[in-house]
Amino acid sequence: MAALINVPSRAKRGDIIEIRTLTSHIMETGFRRTVDGALVPRDIITSFTCRYNGTEIFRADLFPAIAANPYLSFFTVAKESGKFEFAWIGDNGYSSTASASITVE
Amino acid sequence: MPTTRRQFLSLAGSVTVIPIVTLRPLEATPAMLNTAIRNVVGEAPIRTGKVKLDIPPLVENGNTVPMTVSVASPMTADDYVKSIHIFNEKNPQPNIGNFYLNPSSGRAQVSTRIRLADTQKVVAVARLSDDSFWQVTADIVVTLAACTEEVN
Repeated sequence: MAALINVPSRAKRGDIIEIRTLTSHIMETGFRRTVDGALVPRDIITSFTCRYNGTEIFRADLFPAIAANPYLSFFTVAKESGKFEFAWIGDNGYSSTASASITVE
Repeated sequence: MPTTRRQFLSLAGSVTVIPIVTLRPLEATPAMLNTAIRNVVGEAPIRTGKVKLDIPPLVENGNTVPMTVSVASPMTADDYVKSIHIFNEKNPQPNIGNFYLNPSSGRAQVSTRIRLADTQKVVAVARLSDDSFWQVTADIVVTLAACTEEVN
């Protein structure tokens, strides 16, 4: 699944940088019914994590009240050059990953 | 006897207003909201302040409501925000999201987009590193509800 990641490619050491992520997912709530009255089963992303050179810097538990195509923005301190790894885990064995690199001067 | 304006008004004022109760089974109640908050907070007292919830007061479409929550915190090793929890009052489920931070977050601010099934309250609770809890409440008017509409 496609994910959009926005991380500054360069930063000064100690800068607070914003990380924005958007992934495509239906986020079916499990509370909607079809016209026939059948409940549409829940299919959501339940967990998101971001690692910075292997260390977890941000984690989120998501619920059906998160809009489709979950958008998350958060901050971190640029400490060293390296890689951000993002992982989304959800219902029905859903999992997807993305990564972005940063150069810290 | 003709009724004077004064008599009529005093009579009108004394009529008891009967609350109109509508049945909405697919709705979290304020009690569920409290339970959900207590599940996170436990018995600890929750103080008001420090937390800021940026959310439009009137939304046309409850399917995607932009929301930013921030906490006034220096985000140092001894004084930082551990987690932020967002709750709602009237969606089918009271939880919206839990966000876990640490001192290296630098700034205690998270943005996302949420669903709101009705005109209701949204509550943000922050847990600080000293295990104190702070909250803020926002009221949002929703004109088109999310979550429970029919699938075409």
